[in-house]
Amino acid sequence: MQDFGDAIGLALNLVLSGDADLFEIVLLSLRVSLTATAIACVLGLPLGAVLAVSRFRGRQAALVLVNALMGLPPVVVGLIVYLHLSRAGPLGFLGLLYTPTAMIIAQSILITPIVAALSRQVIEDLHGEYSEQFRSLALSRRQVVQALIWDARYSLVTVALAGFGRAVAEVGAVMIVGGNIDHLTRVMTTAIALETSKGDLPLALALGLVLMVLALGINAAAQSVRLTAARFAYA
Amino acid sequence: MPDTLLPVMPPADPPAPARSALMPLRVRDLTLQMRGQPLLDIPALDLDCAGTTVIMGANGAGKSLLLRLLHGLIAPSSGTIAWGGAAMSPAIARRQALVFQKPVLLRRSVAANLDFVLRARRAGTAEARDALLARVGLTHKASQPARLLSGGEQQRLALARALATRPDILFLDEPTASLDPAAVQSFEGIVSDIADEGTSVIFVTHDVGQARRMAREVVFLHQGRITEHSAAPRFFAAPQSRAARAYLAGQLPL
Repeated sequence: MQDFGDAIGLALNLVLSGDADLFEIVLLSLRVSLTATAIACVLGLPLGAVLAVSRFRGRQAALVLVNALMGLPPVVVGLIVYLHLSRAGPLGFLGLLYTPTAMIIAQSILITPIVAALSRQVIEDLHGEYSEQFRSLALSRRQVVQALIWDARYSLVTVALAGFGRAVAEVGAVMIVGGNIDHLTRVMTTAIALETSKGDLPLALALGLVLMVLALGINAAAQSVRLTAARFAYA
Repeated sequence: MPDTLLPVMPPADPPAPARSALMPLRVRDLTLQMRGQPLLDIPALDLDCAGTTVIMGANGAGKSLLLRLLHGLIAPSSGTIAWGGAAMSPAIARRQALVFQKPVLLRRSVAANLDFVLRARRAGTAEARDALLARVGLTHKASQPARLLSGGEQQRLALARALATRPDILFLDEPTASLDPAAVQSFEGIVSDIADEGTSVIFVTHDVGQARRMAREVVFLHQGRITEHSAAPRFFAAPQSRAARAYLAGQLPL
């Protein structure tokens, strides 16, 4: 076990020297989580918009369900995806277990409810403002949903960033379905867990630093988006 | 040599604008209640005029509610509304447009606000948009965010957006209530031109001066009931109902 100060120094050296292993892990993390965020947005944004503008029997139950799914435990998602992708599972023939694709599937399942629930709230607020005007213009449901998603775009970028933040920081689901295999499915969070348990603090700390910088960057980007939108009165 | 005297002819009345295809309007036994409270009770209302009909009345008289009923935004508790002999329907509502008191503009540029409606109505050409912008004097603001326009400009953009639907009936719900006199004059000029071109305008206002300038007919509402419906000159010269007389005298009708 190294001294904490030494570990920090070594970690900074790893980051600043562009250590190949470190950046391989960082890039895989970004690829998996950004792809999962894109999938979650493709599924979650229209779902949130439809929930926001539709009135149907069982809507309240659907809202409770989507909100509850925001709190899905990553390990439970990992377990369910594992059971489906394992050899004996219904999707075992695809051979996806312990691949980045499996990790993308797990993270997509984890954050789609987050994107749907948050976008539903954003779009419902906007719909409250626009609904009478839209009814006066006799727009179709499809036109209303498209217009609301576009006009809420700046707020929805923040929603997407929240989903990405959740995906890139979770460890349980990707550990179970990815297996933390070196040079194949090792991402930042699983690597931090492994290196810490091995006592290799510099790599764990270096990855932790990158994660922290990413978190800061995400928040800075969200803030920048909000300020830009406010400047043009698009918020 | 005496000057040649030309016969003095009385000034001809301006030609009446063409009547909208959706006219006449027939309202029968119309009532509206909300949470058990009666808000409107209109046994009969017939509108068959071209040009601008002004609906007047004090705050809370039910003017905006009547407008929303006529446009199909809210359903009556009982009674019927028929336009051009056909019962109110979504197809009829598509041939009408409403400009609200507070314009609800999309979070986009001025031009994009118009493009949105033109595309939705499959009439979306750049030429159509540019013509609408020119008509309301906003060509030079086309690329600006719509919500950064002044109040008068926002209301003119809302009017242009309503015109993009090529309405037979144009409803205006106190659109100039918060505008300065110059903006009001500009807005009224555009509306007058629209009415002259054959769009029937139904204009809600509680501004007596504006009603005098704009109205060919006046419908006066008091506490959810129509107490007077007459040609504008007659209404302003000799109002028949006590409520209208009090209102025109600047008193609160009781």
